[in-house]
Amino acid sequence: MATVTDLHDDHHDHGPAKGLMRWVTTTNHKDIGTLYLIFALVMFMVGGAMAMVIRLELFQPGLQFVDPGFFNQMTTVHALVMIFGGVMPAFVGLANWMLPIMIGGPDMALPRMNNWSFWILPFAFAMLLGTFFMDGGAPAGGWTLYPPLVLQGGDGFSFMIFAIHMMGISSVMGAINVIVTILNMRAPGMTLMKMPLFVWTWFITAYLLIAVMPVLAGAVTMLLTDRFYDTTFFSAAGGGDPVLFQHIFWFFGHPEVYILILPAFGVISAIIPTFARKPLFGYSSMVYATSSIAFLSFIVWAHHMFTVGLPLQAELFFMYATMLIAVPTGVKVFNWISTMWKGSLTFETPMLFAIGFVIMFTIGGFSGLMLAIAPADFQYHDTYFVVAHFHYVLVTGAVYSIMASVYYWIPKWTGNMYSEKMGQWHFWLSTISVNILFFPQHFLGLAGMPRRIPDYSVQFAEFNMWSSIGGFAFGLSQVFFCYIVYKTIKGGEKATDQVWEGAEGLEWTLSSPPPYHSFSKAPEIK
Amino acid sequence: MIKLKQLFAGGLVLTFMSSVAQAEYGLNLPLGVTETSKQVYDLHMLILWICVVIGVIVFGAMIYSMIYHRKSRGAVASQFHESMAAEIIWTVIPFVILIVMAVPATKVLVEMHDTSEADMKIKVTGYQWKWRYEYIGEGVDFFSTLDAASNEARKLGSDIDPSTVENYLLNVDNPLVIPAGKKVGFLLTASDVIHSWWVPDFGWKKDAIPGFVNEAWVKVDEPGVYRGQCAELCGRDHGFMPIVVEVKSQADYETWLAEQKTGAAVAQVEVIKELDSAELNSKGKDIYNANCVACHQQNGQGVPGVFPAITGSTIATGDINQHIDMIMNGKAGTAMAAFKEQLNDVELAAVVTYQRNSLGNNVGDVVQPTAIAALR
Repeated sequence: MATVTDLHDDHHDHGPAKGLMRWVTTTNHKDIGTLYLIFALVMFMVGGAMAMVIRLELFQPGLQFVDPGFFNQMTTVHALVMIFGGVMPAFVGLANWMLPIMIGGPDMALPRMNNWSFWILPFAFAMLLGTFFMDGGAPAGGWTLYPPLVLQGGDGFSFMIFAIHMMGISSVMGAINVIVTILNMRAPGMTLMKMPLFVWTWFITAYLLIAVMPVLAGAVTMLLTDRFYDTTFFSAAGGGDPVLFQHIFWFFGHPEVYILILPAFGVISAIIPTFARKPLFGYSSMVYATSSIAFLSFIVWAHHMFTVGLPLQAELFFMYATMLIAVPTGVKVFNWISTMWKGSLTFETPMLFAIGFVIMFTIGGFSGLMLAIAPADFQYHDTYFVVAHFHYVLVTGAVYSIMASVYYWIPKWTGNMYSEKMGQWHFWLSTISVNILFFPQHFLGLAGMPRRIPDYSVQFAEFNMWSSIGGFAFGLSQVFFCYIVYKTIKGGEKATDQVWEGAEGLEWTLSSPPPYHSFSKAPEIK
Repeated sequence: MIKLKQLFAGGLVLTFMSSVAQAEYGLNLPLGVTETSKQVYDLHMLILWICVVIGVIVFGAMIYSMIYHRKSRGAVASQFHESMAAEIIWTVIPFVILIVMAVPATKVLVEMHDTSEADMKIKVTGYQWKWRYEYIGEGVDFFSTLDAASNEARKLGSDIDPSTVENYLLNVDNPLVIPAGKKVGFLLTASDVIHSWWVPDFGWKKDAIPGFVNEAWVKVDEPGVYRGQCAELCGRDHGFMPIVVEVKSQADYETWLAEQKTGAAVAQVEVIKELDSAELNSKGKDIYNANCVACHQQNGQGVPGVFPAITGSTIATGDINQHIDMIMNGKAGTAMAAFKEQLNDVELAAVVTYQRNSLGNNVGDVVQPTAIAALR
């Protein structure tokens, strides 16, 4: 009897609806994943265009192209777009596509909410980018929104706050969906300690999101009332405290940077074993290391504020706690290298990006360790050294892991192989240019160039020029990336189900591309 | 087009000449001129070298593996995937290294926090976009803004080559002067938004926060001129509020201090003089260009939505007392600062007169310095 019912169901297994409405009304995790990924790519190019304006103005000393006020709008919105529009939606897109498949579930647990959490985003960013056309222009007080400066903005201020609220709602709903899916939708036998690391890192990331996005929402709401309703949370004249905002903001902000990097750890932990043809080294220590990083992320926020005049004891505490993060992060790097050790390595594009990630993320980790040392941070703070640091961990870290996962899974998603030759070109162009772009910024910062300035003293001219040339080349390389993605979606050599010789995991047991509804019957977990 | 050409030509020239012409560019933290800055430098180098050594080992292992464990060389994958011993080793060793770093870092940090027993104190106040220095107990108090040459060259489309300007963007009209060999305490605060006071050669920066007073100190043994910049984004002209500190020998410092005190007295006398409209307008133009253009723009049109226009504004063309009040006391909750403290009576009278009779306004009245003095 049961067999008959199953057959009956199969006959009604419908594919996607036709036309534009498919994408508007979809509750399918694969469709929503695709939407998120395309949205992230578009935002990556929008934020990248702003970076090009920044590097153009900084190409040589003197002001040649933009007004300093507009320059500040560029740096502010570049950061907001890249963080909230680029990296976060890209990882949510990957989670949507891969989590249900990796745990052997049929879909995300809350499909309608899934649709909603995506469709909030285009409106949020339309509103944020719309501020460019308002009186006073876009927000220009830095993405960290420090009062009192941020309160001086024009009409765009309140629109930016509302956009941040919407992004926060989207993220929290996405995070709830991830947690509920992981806890409820696993195939029988898929115990927690059998889950792929990408699932584990996203599971932990989702808790971070739920913990801190409301904190950001609270902080920006207080800004809103300070500006429009005569409260003085952050104004000393009314008994408030401008530094209070920084404490609240960074209580969100530091876990936020791990939200941007933990899923990357998961991706890399999937790719390296595949191309080393060897199981991941130290699976359980990877899980514990990720959890420790997540815990530590809540008690280190004030290392962003060493120069605000904290008491000595506070500076010591935050210095020590921050240094501790190097331990679990080191464990992860050592585990990845041990996975490669005595493997049988090949270097397809995903592996190139993964290796690029490990090396350059570690460089960003080293500069992070240097920044943790409070007395030295008094020199590094708010200079280009910091800019170099966080671009190493975010661009050659988070963004590289996203590139790696696109190359790794796009044959599965589309059923077509990307052009390996083009992929390798993309990797080498990106890697050479990104280092010309960001490495000299270490020197600029150490030599004394503050960040967020549109013009600089002539002794900084040479490295800024190198940095700009690297920036333009890196920007062009990403246009090439868009072309590669487009071409792969359109066609190409057919991918096998297994795709990669050494790949392990449930996603490779499905066809390429997978059926619209995967695992309506739970797979068996060995 | 011309701009692009210039940019391109400038790019080529700079790229080829730079190794010769700009041999001065820095790669590393400056050693600095204070005990603190030297300790910070040593700490920086210690951590840097530790990171380099770890990097060589870690990346070395990776590269070795990439060369010798590749499939194309016939490497066969082992299947080991766990080692408790290894995990413990690479947890404990980094922990020990961290302790090695933390010990000297703690020592330096404790010393930097010791602001006690300063020989003299200077209050530093950040304004959008200038610094104010008050020598506590000396009655010397002045503002320090970007020098005129840099200010001219930094304008969008000024066509002045920054490399022809001496100390471009790192020069001011009135530098801070301190004596050598004395422990000088700083009290840092701000009047509008958060700024950060940073001279790299002193080895630290500290935020200047409205409503709060931060403390720091410096003791420089060698006389000299040291330059820095505001390090916390503080609005449109954040990149244009440099810091210059002249360290003089004790005798030179005292001479300078005495001059400052007499200078203040002379300015006081000037107030009593009546000035004619032309004098006020020409002085007012300079004051406007130095203090007002950043927001209200060269032509007085402002920036819609954030910075109101002066041309045709109800304030600049209406009741002169309201106009004076706006400039002296500012407008709470906006970027409009109170200029009462920043400008003297003559300067205030001049800039009010200028705004009423230029920039497309033609009210025709003047205000005398004595009238301003009466309002103080």
